[in-house]
Amino acid sequence: MGNTHYTKDHEYVRVEGDVATFGITDYAQSQLGDVVFVEVPKVGAHLKQGAEAAVVESVKAASEVYAPVSGEVIESNAALEGTPATVNEDPEGKGWFGKIKLANKSELDALMSEADYKTYLSTL
Amino acid sequence: MTDPASAPTKRTPLYDLHVALGARIVPFAGYDMPVQYPTGILTEHQWTRTEAGLFDVSHMGQCFLIGADHETTARALETLIPADIVNLKPGQQRYSQFLTEDGGILDDIMVTRSALPEEDGTLMVVVNAGCKDQDFAHLAKHLPKTIKLILAPHRALLALQGPKAASVLARFAPDVATMPFMSALSTKIDGVPVHISRSGYSGEDGYEISIHEDKVRALAEKLLKESEVKPIGLGARDSLRLEAGLCLYGHELDLTTSPVEANIQWSIQKRRREDGGFPGYERIKRELTEGPKRKRVGIKPEGRAPAREGTEIHDDAGDKIGVVTSGGFGPTLNGPCAMGYVDTAHAALGTRVSLIVRGTPMPAEITAMPFVPNRFYRG
Repeated sequence: MGNTHYTKDHEYVRVEGDVATFGITDYAQSQLGDVVFVEVPKVGAHLKQGAEAAVVESVKAASEVYAPVSGEVIESNAALEGTPATVNEDPEGKGWFGKIKLANKSELDALMSEADYKTYLSTL
Repeated sequence: MTDPASAPTKRTPLYDLHVALGARIVPFAGYDMPVQYPTGILTEHQWTRTEAGLFDVSHMGQCFLIGADHETTARALETLIPADIVNLKPGQQRYSQFLTEDGGILDDIMVTRSALPEEDGTLMVVVNAGCKDQDFAHLAKHLPKTIKLILAPHRALLALQGPKAASVLARFAPDVATMPFMSALSTKIDGVPVHISRSGYSGEDGYEISIHEDKVRALAEKLLKESEVKPIGLGARDSLRLEAGLCLYGHELDLTTSPVEANIQWSIQKRRREDGGFPGYERIKRELTEGPKRKRVGIKPEGRAPAREGTEIHDDAGDKIGVVTSGGFGPTLNGPCAMGYVDTAHAALGTRVSLIVRGTPMPAEITAMPFVPNRFYRG
């Protein structure tokens, strides 16, 4: 099992030890189009899996980003507020939104593997 | 407005071209329309501001009113709209609105007097796609029998907008180079009759070209071959018009808003203000004299977060004073901008307000529009 997991809402979460870095997938950014504003999660916030964690806005619309896992936000990517286009350019790299200290590792079981996510995308 | 879910979506004659160009297609006003092409809305927007953008606006409604002479047709149309049409010169175009009896807006429209002497008595009217069925029924119901209403469902409409639009279009129709803003002419491009007006919806110089649906694809492809021209979708059309401070029916304008509230009273000429003779005159006259209760204003958020349609506008005390009707990100402005209605007491330029975005008040200011200077051709 790889260390990156995916949600049906097109968030990814990359796990290293007990820290999960999350953001939106390349598919999500391509669907949104040009990202013009990102509201990243606040450090110290306690997120619940599936609850709103961040907001990403394209020219046309605002979209909510949901927490792929529960836990405390220990770091957020404030650079995105100045350069939101990073989400389009490198969504699963420099375009990460936040880092969560995993509260419950078993939540990852509910998420998709990279292979499963690719299969899921092919059904959309 | 037509409910898009109630009928199968229609396609413009350029649908296949949009798909071939890689457009993302979305339903809009009952049509499958390109919202953006592969380069994306930001690039399309900037391209239109610096080069020339080609828009398919064939979903809009086109019709002709034909009467015995100009005055007969003009007077008939004037019973439904507040613009001075009688004094339109041949080849002149005006912006106006179909009004309800209580001064609300059924649709906003463009009216053009034919430039051709042999077409004296002919007015061309262009209406919004989402309103066209109601508009045509409204015209059919209220126009006297002496005026013929000719719908033109087989005419397509292209818009070519941007600072390079004039030099590009003049390669095919030299007459267009010097025509003034809000004027129209009939000419031919490669032998095909076209009706061209110098107007648009981007805040830039540009044209709208009415042409038969069988001929539009060839013209679109011809224009797209020019190095200055790229196809532009509805997404950038919306961000361009927002920066230009232009109203969109169903957002800034609806059955409850009057032209005075919408701050488009410049489209009601002096003779009509004084003499009336159009639906809703009582209210409009009163609002012109006493001022409207609410007003459409420009709103500039201080931060980077866009305030979308429906966002509440609050005053310092936290009381609701209005609502955003269009809001987003202005690519040329490189920041968020919005339009909305506020109580007139809070409509002065420079008034500090709060926008309630996701439950949090965000500071903003009432500002002048357009957000980006209009660059219409004034000759």
